[in-house]
Amino acid sequence: MAEKVLMKGNEAIAEAAIMAGCRHYFGYPITPQTEIAAYMAKRMPKIGGTFLQAESEIAAINMVYGVSSTGKRVMTSSSSPGISLKGEGISYLAGTDLPAVIVNAQRGGPGLGGIQPSQADYFQATRGGGHGDYHILVLAPSSVQEMAELTIKAFELADEYLMPAMVLADGTTGQMMEPVSFDFEIKEPPAKPWATTGTKCARPHNISNSLYLDPEKLERINNERYARYEIIKEKEQRAEEYLTDDADIIVAAFGISARIAKNAVDAARAKGIKAGLIRPITVWPFPDKAFRKAAEHAKRFISVELSMGQMIEDVKLSIECKAPVDLCYRSGGMIPSPQQVLEAIEKAAKEVK
Amino acid sequence: MAVVFERPKALLDVPFHYCPGCTHGIVHRLVAEAIDELGIEGRTVGIAPVGCSVMAYDYFACDMIEAAHGRAPAVATGVKRSDPDNLIVFTYQGDGDLASIGMAETVHAAARNENITIIFINNAIYGMTGGQMAPTSLPGQVTQTSPYGRDPKLCGYPVKVCEMLSQLEGPEYLERVTVNSVAHVRAAKKAIKKAFQNQVEGKGFSLIEVLSSCPTNWGMTPKKALEWIDEKMIPYYPLGVYKDRSAGIIPGLSGKEDK
Amino acid sequence: MTRKYLFAGFGGQGLLFSGKVLAYKGLIEDKNVSWLPSYGPEMRGGTASCGVTISDEPIGAPIVLEPDVLVAMNLPSLDRYESKVEPGGYIFVDSSLIERKVQRDDVKVYYVPATKLAGDIGASTLANMILVGKLLEVLGDYNVDTVEASLKKCISARHADLLDLNRKAMETGRDYK
Repeated sequence: MAEKVLMKGNEAIAEAAIMAGCRHYFGYPITPQTEIAAYMAKRMPKIGGTFLQAESEIAAINMVYGVSSTGKRVMTSSSSPGISLKGEGISYLAGTDLPAVIVNAQRGGPGLGGIQPSQADYFQATRGGGHGDYHILVLAPSSVQEMAELTIKAFELADEYLMPAMVLADGTTGQMMEPVSFDFEIKEPPAKPWATTGTKCARPHNISNSLYLDPEKLERINNERYARYEIIKEKEQRAEEYLTDDADIIVAAFGISARIAKNAVDAARAKGIKAGLIRPITVWPFPDKAFRKAAEHAKRFISVELSMGQMIEDVKLSIECKAPVDLCYRSGGMIPSPQQVLEAIEKAAKEVK
Repeated sequence: MAVVFERPKALLDVPFHYCPGCTHGIVHRLVAEAIDELGIEGRTVGIAPVGCSVMAYDYFACDMIEAAHGRAPAVATGVKRSDPDNLIVFTYQGDGDLASIGMAETVHAAARNENITIIFINNAIYGMTGGQMAPTSLPGQVTQTSPYGRDPKLCGYPVKVCEMLSQLEGPEYLERVTVNSVAHVRAAKKAIKKAFQNQVEGKGFSLIEVLSSCPTNWGMTPKKALEWIDEKMIPYYPLGVYKDRSAGIIPGLSGKEDK
Repeated sequence: MTRKYLFAGFGGQGLLFSGKVLAYKGLIEDKNVSWLPSYGPEMRGGTASCGVTISDEPIGAPIVLEPDVLVAMNLPSLDRYESKVEPGGYIFVDSSLIERKVQRDDVKVYYVPATKLAGDIGASTLANMILVGKLLEVLGDYNVDTVEASLKKCISARHADLLDLNRKAMETGRDYK
């Protein structure tokens, strides 16, 4: 096994991207993810890759669009306000069926908001983020090891399903250092016969395009894309289930919130409360199978979020409102303590008695 | 029988959707001729804009990418950087796309001396959306959104793209041409070919501004529109080379760089 | 066992670095570790901090809200975090920079004139490492081998002189009575 190194989450993402074969990175400075750009700026020239600091997040995502059109693995990263700017480009990538990896180290919003960790871009990420009918794959790491692992997974899934994939991190997971092992097997990228790499005058021209003036054709293409999304929902849901088998109370939390929630679940168990945790690792596709299964016995759910309550809607939808769902949250860059989550669990436990 | 005229290979046999008298067709042809003559079709990738020439991707035989409005130079940057030694990348953009919404992408691609070719169609109006004021609409010009004539007090002055970019140290070659007469078409052809040749030679950012006509939205006959270029546009947007670093044409401030 | 450390002081006092040395030492000793800095403009003066968790179990929340061990390197930090320390925990105070005493009586307190000691050994920027040396000694955790290995991980080989100085600072803290 490869040696474990102590690394910041943001740096682990950058190194994992390079391992995954990404040789093109475009970014624009914004706290709290600038370490990714700094890492790429240092590494890319040494391995024959491209690092370019773009004039804006909008330009960066369009440079990504250009590289992706040529079939190469490419990444950009930003934090919440910058991701809003990238929304246009992400919609175009989705509409053109192009793979790319976008990292969002979320910070508090709306507007300029703050720079402390947040999960308030959940709606934006899981609903697509830009205009039009589309989704992107959204992976939510909760440790530095997962920052690396899910970045590689994001490249692989993006290539497999021809769509953008987002690593939905936050200020905490980006800034913290934990041991990480880069002991990964990287899948060979698939052939990309659609790439615009020059016809060599040997084939008809390839076109990267999302414009369809004929509404019937656009509808058909949207339908085809959504048929692909159904396959993804079937095959790619990922969640960690912790002490859920006999749980009366299920805590739902992703990313950094799940780390806090796990402490609270342990504390609740120590007090004799049958609590468990479902941690979505993919937030799109949302792991509704795990929630549906838990809803067969769980009496109450709690969604723990660094937002005013966004994932809670998916929790309710996935269990088809079979049980009440509480919200335990902090927002604006504040983080709930394990104690706050424990209190929410205790309150829920009283309700179900 | 000798063939004296034929469709360039780099143009597909697809009918254009452009209005009668529009000069997009001429410029498309000039681009395709340059590609043919340089023998680069198989390694060229074109970036189409949003605007009247949005469907240029259907007309050119090389690989094509449709960019978001104004973003073509950023997309071109990505494509070029994916394979800088091999690919030839051009964008084809109108005035709204290049000089309004995409100004940042334009200026920074120029500042980086990105080794790409930009064909910039300046017809002083938004054509596709039906004739609104463009960043290059002339003072006094009547459009759908300047119905009393463009009043610089209210909406500022037109952007002179070649003059502005010529002040940057970055770009290699900037020239303004037009296509309203045979002589002008010939000169335009020469400039466009040079803009591609520069890229083949790795010289960097080349932008050709083509003063073009829009009879439909100008409300003129095609012939009158061509005359209007002479009467109104050229006096405001003088033709000529604004920068050609390799030829030593470096205006103003940026001239200091070579000392 | 899980132990949460909080290093707090001014930006520039090497708080993040001392946390990293501690975390790497934990990693080398095969423990679970996490390290989380405060970030943003507050790093440019005011109170900066760095939380480290070292545990035999997988680490839940990496955010150190209630440390077992507080290292306070300026007065605002002591004011802010003194009340947060777990009962029975430890507070290490740089008494060169903080004149007041800790008010609580349910924690163990060590006053070390770290900034002065650092100046005395010609390592004026390493008061942080003097405190790390002291806290490891007090916690019975000063393993010469893993300390050395951790320092080597945290200081690049090009700066061998810094390695010596950091080791010396830690030993000075360890031996301070």
